[in-house]
Amino acid sequence: MLRIAIVDESPIRAAILEDGLREAGFTQVERIAETRNLLARVYALDPDVILIDLESPSRDMLEQMFQMSRAVKRPVAMFVDQSDSASIRAAVDAGVSAYIVDGLKKERITSILDLCISRFNAFARLQGELDRAKDALEERKVIDRAKGVLMKAKKLSEEEAYALMRKTAMNENKKIVDIAQSLLTAAELFK
Amino acid sequence: MSNAKLRIGYIPLVDAAALIVAVDMGFAAAERLDVELVREVSWSNVRDKLNIGLFDAAQLLSPVVIASSLGIGHVRVPIIAPFNLGLNGNAITVSPRLFSSLSGLADGDIADPIVSARALARLVDGRKARGVAPLTFGMTFPFSNHNYQLRFWMAAGGVDPDEDVRLVVLPPPYMVESLANGHVDGFCVGAPWNSVAVDSGVGRILHFGCEIMARASEKVLAVREHWAAENNETLGHLVRALTEAGAFIDAPNNRPAAAAAVARRLGVEVDLVTRSLVGNLKIAPDGATRTDDRYIIIGQRDASRPDPVQAAWLYAQMVRWGQAPMSEDLTATASAAFRPDLYDAALGVTPSAGVGEPRDRVGGFIGPTFDPSDIVGHLASWRIKRPGRPRLSVVR
Repeated sequence: MLRIAIVDESPIRAAILEDGLREAGFTQVERIAETRNLLARVYALDPDVILIDLESPSRDMLEQMFQMSRAVKRPVAMFVDQSDSASIRAAVDAGVSAYIVDGLKKERITSILDLCISRFNAFARLQGELDRAKDALEERKVIDRAKGVLMKAKKLSEEEAYALMRKTAMNENKKIVDIAQSLLTAAELFK
Repeated sequence: MSNAKLRIGYIPLVDAAALIVAVDMGFAAAERLDVELVREVSWSNVRDKLNIGLFDAAQLLSPVVIASSLGIGHVRVPIIAPFNLGLNGNAITVSPRLFSSLSGLADGDIADPIVSARALARLVDGRKARGVAPLTFGMTFPFSNHNYQLRFWMAAGGVDPDEDVRLVVLPPPYMVESLANGHVDGFCVGAPWNSVAVDSGVGRILHFGCEIMARASEKVLAVREHWAAENNETLGHLVRALTEAGAFIDAPNNRPAAAAAVARRLGVEVDLVTRSLVGNLKIAPDGATRTDDRYIIIGQRDASRPDPVQAAWLYAQMVRWGQAPMSEDLTATASAAFRPDLYDAALGVTPSAGVGEPRDRVGGFIGPTFDPSDIVGHLASWRIKRPGRPRLSVVR
């Protein structure tokens, strides 16, 4: 059974990845979130495959393993084989990198890597949706506050205030949230 | 003709200055290049993205170009350096505690690297006798001047860098914190991180890199050999843009503008960058400074022209420390990774004989002059080394 270590500072993504690997039948999966003593943790786990997030600066720390074959029981090599550059490109594009033990069958690695790529991409989509939802919420807050300012200053109803901002936005070819933001900035200046 | 689009990877360090100034101050555009500078977090990423073609070019540690061309520690991808982004720029910084221990054991001026290295040897012996854990030093990458300069310095005093201390790879942004929390006792890193450690009161600069080696190729512009052959014209434009940017940075009147552009990309204080560029560094939290016009050399003294002697010297370090086997073939491959011919062709200049100092183009603070045609003889003169048992295999 392959031992797999996941080095990822994002606990949610690491969990998603671990679930996927377990579903695929890889039961020996360990997560490392701490970069302190990273090498010691890796040596202790002695994994066959190390998956690491490319956004983590600690990737360079792993490179030191090549230098210390005395310390690792088995040498580790990075899976960048030019004969398979398409799947490596896909992995790097998705933000994941894999280190594997020498002599491991390529097909096994490819299936793990493919799984990682789809999980990483799924996580990125999820993150994107979350960010957009957050942005939408922020925008609504700005518009609501601007509406309040207009209602008070011009003695308008809520609907009238909103209609005024929408009309201005259309006339100036801008987004309503930008008009709302300018309004709030101006109101701040007039205080 | 439309502009050539290029994606170039870099790490936020002062020696990315020529790239940053070329892109942000219009020198690349003047050469009809549309460059996207992509900020990266690790040298492994920069190397891999260059290798697999996600980057057209990259700022790279000079030794990584050689390691990649030789196929040591990683797969073999022929990478070449047509432009040298910077010489020197590193420093060895130690914790205030280690500095005071070394000062107490020094038999001369601690600013002299042989004095500090011997003091380190005494300290190491004392700690061994008392059964105290070995000192730990951080460096940025196995194939880096930071690694080789630390080793060169401590070995000169009689300290075996593999047996007597621990050398650990640490990403530059983690260096200062690791020194502050005692994870490491010292480190060798590039600008601006030594200054950051001094400014935050957790470190003291012991030596500039140029006090260990007077002239060391630190970062180069790296491209795949295939890419260079297929994009000869674009490469020429890029080399010219970088040359213009280097000349701009070197002119004292332009320093404030250049430093501001670099600081913006790095997200640090302008003053920190200026101090690095002029080589006037605060070395101690109490405000003491040290000045050396060799501290970092960008765009001057023939610095931008890749020097195959420098490449051979870096290969010799790989052999000395057991990273690479010794052979004439590998020596030739390593030297050929640095391409002054492409630099000369881009600028339309005749090959220069090079500046005459230091005489061997390297200028180690101790030891015989370096002769690239006799690396075996050169290495024989060093007592501390890892001879004959490279721990890395050559991957082809």
